Amino acid sequence: MGFGPFLLLALMESAVTAATLALTAVGLSLVFGVMRVVNVAHGEFFMLGAVAAWFITNFIGGPPWFAFLMALALAPLAVAAIAALADRLILKRLDYEPEATIVATIGLLYIFQQAALSFYGPQAMPVEPPFNFRIQLPWFGYSAYKLSVILLAALVLIGVWLFLTRSKAGLVMRATQVDRETAQAFGIDTDRVYAAVFALGAGLAAIAAVLIVPIAQAHYLMGHDPLLLAFITVIVGGLGSLRGTVIAAILIGLSDGLIAFFWSPTLAKILATLLVAMVLVFRPQGLFGARTT
Amino acid sequence: MLRIDGLSAGYGPVGVLHDLTLEARAAQITCIMGRNGAGKSTLMKCIMGLVPASRGSITLDGVALHSLPAHRVPGHGVAYVPQGRRLFGPLTVAENLQIGLMTRNMGDETRDRVLDLFPRLRERLDQVAATLSGGEQQMLAIGRALCLEPKVLLLDEPTEGLQPSMIALIRDVVLRLKETGVATILVEQRPDAVLQLADRVVFMANGTVADCSERADLSPDAPQFMAYVGV
Repeated sequence: MGFGPFLLLALMESAVTAATLALTAVGLSLVFGVMRVVNVAHGEFFMLGAVAAWFITNFIGGPPWFAFLMALALAPLAVAAIAALADRLILKRLDYEPEATIVATIGLLYIFQQAALSFYGPQAMPVEPPFNFRIQLPWFGYSAYKLSVILLAALVLIGVWLFLTRSKAGLVMRATQVDRETAQAFGIDTDRVYAAVFALGAGLAAIAAVLIVPIAQAHYLMGHDPLLLAFITVIVGGLGSLRGTVIAAILIGLSDGLIAFFWSPTLAKILATLLVAMVLVFRPQGLFGARTT
Repeated sequence: MLRIDGLSAGYGPVGVLHDLTLEARAAQITCIMGRNGAGKSTLMKCIMGLVPASRGSITLDGVALHSLPAHRVPGHGVAYVPQGRRLFGPLTVAENLQIGLMTRNMGDETRDRVLDLFPRLRERLDQVAATLSGGEQQMLAIGRALCLEPKVLLLDEPTEGLQPSMIALIRDVVLRLKETGVATILVEQRPDAVLQLADRVVFMANGTVADCSERADLSPDAPQFMAYVGV
């Protein structure tokens, strides 16, 4: 295979990484933007999504497409419900105090991880993809499922954007993000908004996980890499900026995938971390974040 | 209408309001004056439920506002224009008004009435609130509050830093609201504005009411202005 087709293949593989990273990072960015909570447990919501998808597909059975669709519908809902419960039981009681919530979400990270280890086990297990055919290009064949992951992730992101910009609930979330106290003075139940945002953020991570789990197997430690990349993406894109997060996810996802493809995954992580350091030094508000005085 | 009895409140262990009693009547403008730190803004926030009352009561037509969570207070018809406007800056003018309308499920009629009061806002509906001029921002802050069709309107220094034409516009709007029966509580530092608008003037000092006078009993050189405001 010549360099051109090889590069195209690398780009397509990287686009899958970018698509799922965008979903995960937008969830993290929403939670930080609205609640000012640095959710260290975000990667574990990703892991729970993957594990839930495995349980659902195995429990439901039937044709793979049906089991997968059920997992895609139910796993994010289950993870969102767990997140809303965690918000009500833990974060709300801490009054969303920034330092305390960081410690609390570190605690949640270990609770979720150990729960998965206890109930799911230490093994990595795959979920069968909903369909299994290859699209034949002139140079190579490529998994149609991987292309559908990119398409589905893009559709979900457009849906999130429409929800935030066109719906009343989205308007309420954006108002709460700007000024929680004034939002309350206009009848907005900000506790409910926070629970909904935490659930939505976790649900997006879970959708990303369900989409990726037929490609990468479900494992109780699989939340680490998405968490690191999502944090890098959110910092580079600008804390709380969804547009910046999506653009940064595409940049970082593509570059991470390409570097990993041509050189090594470790080098990709080193360069991504260096990029964060550069952004923090030269543009601490991120590429698309508003400068705070 | 709005009755505050023996109210004490503060931030954590720091008490700001002490045994404060006050009444705001329908179709009247009650002006609150006092030096910085007297507790005027804390009183406004306390009425809105944003600062919890540690003692005493706040009732509106028999409803105990002090026992409600903050987000349930505006639903009873209490609207708030905070000091410094506190607009939702990245949202458009239309979206800021929409937030006000949603508070009590008001519709297009209310929105049109507000835009008739502030025609400048009609021209700027799609503009981001943070990019408005200071006067326009204050119009939007008041307009957003009026979208609740309030029974009680709390205005915390609405003319602060505005040019005279804008101050005159806000004064006219407040007087028109009075004619519609709204009970207005206005925090204001300028005696001339207070004497033009107020039915009663409440002077605050050290977190409580130090003096309460009918406007007819006050002149520009009344000793209360010097004693409690320092002007």
